Amino acid sequence: MNILYDERVDGALPKVDKAALLAELQAQLPDLDILHRSEDLKPYECDGLSAYRTTPLLVVLPERIEQVETLLKLCHQRGVPVVARGAGTGLSGGALPLEQGILLVMARFNKILEVDPAGRFARVQPGVRNLAISQAAAPYELYYAPDPSSQIACSIGGNVAENAGGVHCLKYGLTVHNLLKVDILTVEGERMTLGSDALDSPGFDLLALFTGSEGMLGIVTEVTVKLLPKPQVAKVLLAAFDSVEKAGRAVGDIIAAGIIPGGLEMMDNLSIRAAEDFIHAGYPVDAEAILLCELDGVEADVHDDCARVSEVLKLAGATEVRLAKDEAERVRFWAGRKNAFPAVGRISPDYYCMDGTIPRRELPGVLKGISDLSEQFGLRVANVFHAGDGNMHPLILFDANQPGELERAEELGGKILELCVEVGGSITGEHGVGREKINQMCAQFNSDELTLFHAVKAAFDPSGLLNPGKNIPTLHRCAEFGRMHIHNGQLPFPELERF
Amino acid sequence: MSVIANDASALLLDQVNQALAAKTPLRIQGGATKAFLGRAVEGQLLDVREHRGIVSYDPTELVVSVRAGTPLAELEATLDEAGQMLPCEPPHFGEGATVGGMIAAGLSGPRRPWSGSVRDFVLGSRIITGQGKHLRFGGEVMKNVAGYDLSRLMAGSFGCLGVLTEVSLKVLPKPRQCTSLRLEIDLERALLKLAEWGQQPIPISAASHDGQALHLRLEGGEGSVGAARERIGGEDLDPGYWNDLREQRLAFFADPRPLWRLSLPNNTPALELPGDQLVDWAGAQRWLKSDADAVTIRGIAIEVGGHATCFSEGATTNPFQPLSAPLLRYHRQLKAALDPQGIFNPGRMYSEV
Ligand SMILES: Cc1cc2nc3c(=O)[nH]c(=O)nc-3n(C[C@H](O)[C@H](O)[C@H](O)COP(=O)(O)OP(=O)(O)OC[C@H]3O[C@@H](n4cnc5c(N)ncnc54)[C@H](O)[C@@H]3O)c2cc1C
Repeated sequence: MNILYDERVDGALPKVDKAALLAELQAQLPDLDILHRSEDLKPYECDGLSAYRTTPLLVVLPERIEQVETLLKLCHQRGVPVVARGAGTGLSGGALPLEQGILLVMARFNKILEVDPAGRFARVQPGVRNLAISQAAAPYELYYAPDPSSQIACSIGGNVAENAGGVHCLKYGLTVHNLLKVDILTVEGERMTLGSDALDSPGFDLLALFTGSEGMLGIVTEVTVKLLPKPQVAKVLLAAFDSVEKAGRAVGDIIAAGIIPGGLEMMDNLSIRAAEDFIHAGYPVDAEAILLCELDGVEADVHDDCARVSEVLKLAGATEVRLAKDEAERVRFWAGRKNAFPAVGRISPDYYCMDGTIPRRELPGVLKGISDLSEQFGLRVANVFHAGDGNMHPLILFDANQPGELERAEELGGKILELCVEVGGSITGEHGVGREKINQMCAQFNSDELTLFHAVKAAFDPSGLLNPGKNIPTLHRCAEFGRMHIHNGQLPFPELERF
Repeated sequence: MSVIANDASALLLDQVNQALAAKTPLRIQGGATKAFLGRAVEGQLLDVREHRGIVSYDPTELVVSVRAGTPLAELEATLDEAGQMLPCEPPHFGEGATVGGMIAAGLSGPRRPWSGSVRDFVLGSRIITGQGKHLRFGGEVMKNVAGYDLSRLMAGSFGCLGVLTEVSLKVLPKPRQCTSLRLEIDLERALLKLAEWGQQPIPISAASHDGQALHLRLEGGEGSVGAARERIGGEDLDPGYWNDLREQRLAFFADPRPLWRLSLPNNTPALELPGDQLVDWAGAQRWLKSDADAVTIRGIAIEVGGHATCFSEGATTNPFQPLSAPLLRYHRQLKAALDPQGIFNPGRMYSEV
């Protein structure tokens, strides 16, 4: 079922008179950069989920918060939908524009306003790139912990909106754990501060609610993040296994030994070979699975932990355990993993990256399920896995030029996510729902839960002008999706009228 | 450790639905150990203690799911047997403290600045809503961004947004090594030192100053704890200090004057406060015993970017710091969305919510 905005199931959108809106914007905000010609709009048609494109009505590129404030007030008065965009690296179509909406690009807000080493925080504008924060903090031996693989490009505003993760989440947490304060503009253009400079703030934890809300509840205008002292040392162990089950069990064994690695990643044979071909990381290409286990902290502890983990890995049946002998080799081991997506991109014309999470113990069963599905759909699947926190990124290999393959890849992806839900996991660990997983939300939540989500949205944005159609499906969409997709013979949403 | 298990959710749901039908406000209660905190609630008692037990716990997954009425002590003992813990060290404030109350109050102990708060460890929840439904949000996985994060929102909401029936929490292994020390330096110097150490990879996991000395706890591997202990010096401290601090059993707390909690930014200097103070969280949480009025105390906290909560029942009409106008408006709208009839602990946090 197509994920582009469909008024029949996603709800009617206001009709906007482009010429009149443009004229009014130009009059009220003479110094605002506005794109309106179709050739200028083209680069903004999609985010990282590039299979889906929509030309926005207008694109605005503000540089001052006052411009955003005025813009939001005007859009609110006139009933114009607004879709926020950071760097556009999102993988779930969260920043996918609307034909009848303004695309509000926050990328020009790229100033680091303050780095306070003694207070261990940085205050930055929302368009600042994730990595730029750590770079600004580096002279003080501090850094910002969440490190999505897209960190050279993605914006901190987008990170807040997606509650972005990375390879070090198990130990250092997600975006939500590393924020102190977020300044937002509401749909009405009113300024509001969530969180505070202290470790907590009075009232409900709106900062937690807002983090990961995908541009649906407000526009991020400033972010204060926590900074951490850089670990003294980091060491990486590479372990090879002759079965993914053994590798999966080894992960549980490391944790059972009371060790929380800084990063714990797993790759299957197909991704190992793709990465090795591309990066020459020194991976054992015959292994069915490898684990990369990074231990970081104070030197003496890391040394002890390396010995402990090596032992655990050997007992778990690793055919080989290697400690990166120096920093260059450590970086190489990671480069293979961090470039796993582009590496897979080299062995297939296209790939589709999934983002399910599962309780780790379910890994063998889920991998078996994925391999059965892969066979059934006739498409290869490479698995890379944030093994420590149960976040899987199966990459489905396909060729968009072959008629029907994209659809097949998407259907296979949907089945994989449903498998995750069945074993008690989630359809998205860090990439967000956006438009991509809008249908799978119907598998994750029942109609009462979705109704409550809509009520939360309405508490912040009663007229539904912020990023309409994203994140939470309408019950009509779920009914329609359920009609096409009867699960185990049971009709989902039986209480709803079919049409 | 065997934990008594009993699923009373159907009963709780019934009671909520009756209250909704009769438009009767409910006063949600676990062990009543934190009833002193916040405003008094007029309402029919909804006791969640019958709904108890650990629903699932797999130490290698680092996740425990537990019913809200479970005694916090039982949960902690179960984790302890497996060599794990709730890193945020939530205070009990009495024998009967329940897991539901711990989440609803959202209070964390001495490790909080380094480990994260109660809400940071919440992964999922089951909630009876103001629509009379028993719903599930989040889950038992570390990473989950499907839908709005209503589970973390529950932490610290004092039962004003629904009846929490079950929660899934991330847990962590206990540190291999733990040592506590006492360093006789004054508060000014202690805060400077803490700011300096905060920028270095030193395994501090608690830091408090009682007016006489800085009290530190170091946790981690043998090597890092040993090295830091050597570097910092000082004398050994009875580790019982930390429990007495989190449970407010130190002599400081016996002072009959009202108790205030000031939550302040990292690296806030020593403050002149109208009363006696005890510093925790490396300076980010300061306890104050004072007869001064709320406006005075809050004025001092706001001045430096923080806020103040009154921990003594009846000492002020607004124990929680009042919200800005836009924040209050969104609190009310959110309350109306989750509890349209306003039956859950009305007024516990603010008279308008
Ligand atoms: C190669 C690659 C690797 C990736 N690896 C990871 C990874 O390891 N972990 C991970 O979590 N993600 C990863 N991502 C996904 C993506 O980078 C993150 O979701 C990131 O947080 C998006 O940031 P952005 O600035 O690009 O946001 P965009 O894509 O522009 O927008 C994302 C969402 O945020 C909203 N938004 C953006 N800015 C604002 C604002 N100022 N106010 C309100 N809403 C706003 C948008 O409306 C949209 O819903 C990866 C992406 C790529 C392409």
